[in-house]
Amino acid sequence: MSSSIVLAILVTSFATYLSRFLGVVSSEKIKETSKWFRWFNCLAYSTLAALIARSIIFPAGALSEADYLIRIIVLIISILIFHITKRNLVYPTVFSAIMLAFLNSYFV
Amino acid sequence: MINSKYFFQGFNCIKKFDSPAIALGTCFIAIGSLLKNLGFNIQESIFSTLLTYALPGSLVMAESLLVGASLINIFLAVWLVNARLYPMTVSLMPLLMHESQPKWKYYLSCHFIAVSAWLIMKNNYEVVNKKNRIDFWIGIGTATWCVAILGTIIGYYASDYLNKDMMIGLAIVNPVYFSCMMVGSMKNLQVSLSIILGAILGPLFFFMSPEWSILYGGFIAGTIAFFIGEFNVK
Repeated sequence: MSSSIVLAILVTSFATYLSRFLGVVSSEKIKETSKWFRWFNCLAYSTLAALIARSIIFPAGALSEADYLIRIIVLIISILIFHITKRNLVYPTVFSAIMLAFLNSYFV
Repeated sequence: MINSKYFFQGFNCIKKFDSPAIALGTCFIAIGSLLKNLGFNIQESIFSTLLTYALPGSLVMAESLLVGASLINIFLAVWLVNARLYPMTVSLMPLLMHESQPKWKYYLSCHFIAVSAWLIMKNNYEVVNKKNRIDFWIGIGTATWCVAILGTIIGYYASDYLNKDMMIGLAIVNPVYFSCMMVGSMKNLQVSLSIILGAILGPLFFFMSPEWSILYGGFIAGTIAFFIGEFNVK
């Protein structure tokens, strides 16, 4: 293994574990019935929603090569399938990959 | 030490209808393929998923290596993009903590905190009594961790056979899966507002600051949702 890659992996792991570790330290003082807990719960859901929305609207990597409109259409249809199939997660995820690959090769 | 009954109850989440295996597997297949293209060998790729186990962090590391960033820059960029793990941990661990359980379980198992395992636990924690929730959580975390590692290995070896359209198709699976999971989590006003406002403000703040958009957007959206929710309860 080359040393620069191993060092980069170790630094990445440390930077990632740090937030998790500090989270456990803080959790020891926070009760699940407290306002602090509810606030952090809101922050967790909103940051996740922000991350997911950003990864669809301003994607990095392969997804950025698919048209913006096609990405949004596939997402909306997938959420509809999720509802129609009584919240089954397998159908919308499998559908989204096939649909996007098809639309992208057909229209772009 | 770890109660196997609850561990396997958690581990078996991977076989359920809402299994994260497909979404998680596909995004780590993409990561495995990306790491191979960056010049990682198979051991380094496995090592990366094993130790980091957070997709955006791995992507940032890959991008940073590509432009030759320093270790300090990699640390700051990864820390920034994975800072969301802090509120995720604080909003999960108090639900799992029990005085009869040793603390090392919490400090070790926090490594499993990533979107997929976190959402499964948040949606299912009530099915297990509080004393055994940590073992249930370790089971969920181990299962999703194994899928991530397996995905990385498959992606690494399959990268030569994956064309551009297939990679694009794989890339949408993860955001679609998490969007559906988030829609399924909208069970009360506070959480629903947090998700809707976060999804609007996150991309909006991208125009002001791409690096800080998730934290700014998430912080403001979550705080507004919290106050509206508290006000409505009273």
